[in-house]
Amino acid sequence: MEFNAIYVIVAREFKKFVREKSRLISAIARPLVWLFLVGAGMSRLVAPVGGVSYMQFIFPGILGMTILFSSMFSSISIIWDKEFGFMKEILVAPVSRFSIVIGKALSGTIISTIQAVIVLALFPFLGLKLGILNIIGVILICTTVSFSISAFGIVLATFYESYESFSVIMNFIIMPMFFLSGAMYPVKLLPEILKFVAKLNPLTYGVDALKHVISPLATGPMSPDFNVFVDIGVIIAMSVVFVLIGGKAFERKG
Amino acid sequence: MPIIKVENLIKKFGNVTAVNDVSFNVEEGTIFGFLGPNGAGKTTTINILCALLSPTSGRAFIDGHDCAKESALVRKSIGIVFQDTTLDKDLTAEENLIFHAYLYNVEKSERQKRVDDALKFVDLFSRKDDLVKKFSGGMKRKLEVARGLIHRPKVLFLDEPTLGLDPQSRTNLWEFIIELPKKHNVTIFMTTHYMEEAEVCNDIAIIDNGKIIASGSPAELKKIVGGDVIYLKTKDNLKAVDEVKKVLNVDASVKDGEIFISTIKGDACIPELIRTLGDSVLSVRLQRPTLNDVFLKLTGKEIREEGGSGSDTIKEDVRAYRRRHS
Repeated sequence: MEFNAIYVIVAREFKKFVREKSRLISAIARPLVWLFLVGAGMSRLVAPVGGVSYMQFIFPGILGMTILFSSMFSSISIIWDKEFGFMKEILVAPVSRFSIVIGKALSGTIISTIQAVIVLALFPFLGLKLGILNIIGVILICTTVSFSISAFGIVLATFYESYESFSVIMNFIIMPMFFLSGAMYPVKLLPEILKFVAKLNPLTYGVDALKHVISPLATGPMSPDFNVFVDIGVIIAMSVVFVLIGGKAFERKG
Repeated sequence: MPIIKVENLIKKFGNVTAVNDVSFNVEEGTIFGFLGPNGAGKTTTINILCALLSPTSGRAFIDGHDCAKESALVRKSIGIVFQDTTLDKDLTAEENLIFHAYLYNVEKSERQKRVDDALKFVDLFSRKDDLVKKFSGGMKRKLEVARGLIHRPKVLFLDEPTLGLDPQSRTNLWEFIIELPKKHNVTIFMTTHYMEEAEVCNDIAIIDNGKIIASGSPAELKKIVGGDVIYLKTKDNLKAVDEVKKVLNVDASVKDGEIFISTIKGDACIPELIRTLGDSVLSVRLQRPTLNDVFLKLTGKEIREEGGSGSDTIKEDVRAYRRRHS
């Protein structure tokens, strides 16, 4: 593994992220819209269950959404890099494909985690009470989930050649991943077929793990769907699989 | 030992043979020109040499390393400037070079110095903090060449380096390229379809339809079309023709009111012509064969005739540019 190469791939993404203010603003605006427009409206329809309000229930899902969008956008920038030629500069360098994938995945991880932490700061406004340990737990889970989703995005990006495919990814992958992650409604209430699809979705386990830490006392439909250790195990296993597939795919397409 | 060695290289894409049994050597410290029309197999050959593609059969070596098997060592010994820009337009000139230095694992103590030197070398040091998207085509190309040299490669590949540049930037870039072997101790491998630009090469291989159809120095290749032609006007052309044939021992004839003399060293002939014919000379004109004539003679077509199709907008732009400038 080439640490200098990994470092500089991450540094480039980070620099561009900091420079593009509009990207940061829209990244923060999206979760706010969902939380306060959709969440507040739905709260009128869905009564609190076991002391957990609807807005509190979707808060882990909104963190998941923040991670989903920013990790996917970060990884899909590979398609831009291919389109505008910069990817060639990386591919002809004496750097293993594996290091490139790790570098790209870490870029997405850092950028997503920063955004998730900004959204996390809203928790007092929702009447949530999180201790320092819970906050650390949430950040650690966000980091792991970000890595996993970023790696998944890299796998996707290796299969697409042009940015026209971006709207396809947006409509047929990102949006379904969000809705079938347990973010807006519990997985346990879904019809069998959708429940099956939700179980294949890496984000489901991330959102579920966040529910464990953010509303540990929730009961009934608002409670988490899986065991927290299953959640973390699946996220880590999926990350490894995605990185391996991404590395292979890069090797092949390079 | 040659720095680049290519032996019986074949690359097939499906049932299309892009490179068909190509062999050549490039000597260290020279400028090697790989010439041919678009779609002749130039870029495919470069991609194999850069370990981006594996050949269907045959072998290629750079500095003794097998391009198909030792890709990491090959990549360390080469720098590449592709046809289309590979700079990050949203980073500054300096940031692009720093990125490269890290990517090629240039030592920490050397990094900044090499980047500064490279920027100074291409006269862009004063613009180092400007985003690359503000640069002109010529500046970007130079910056790319400078970037390709940061890790001190043995071979620098230039794929159509002047494509899409205006005539002034082209001249400017060439003056800069011909100095590279001496200043940076590097071998240049370049492709072009501008035949007149290949004149600066020490050696040339001409490729068409995946096959090398001629190779040698520019002078050697021009001999294929039979040397220079002198056009001469005198007060009495018929008398002058006889005299020229007798004294200079060259082939001469009268055509459309001009004497047409075909010879190997046209420039050296002219003083002798004047001495022989004296005051009767009205005008002298020397025409030297170009590499384009060589290509025309070998293939029966102009090198700039375009074939194939591409959907890519950049390629379309390039084609439009070429249509305007050819």
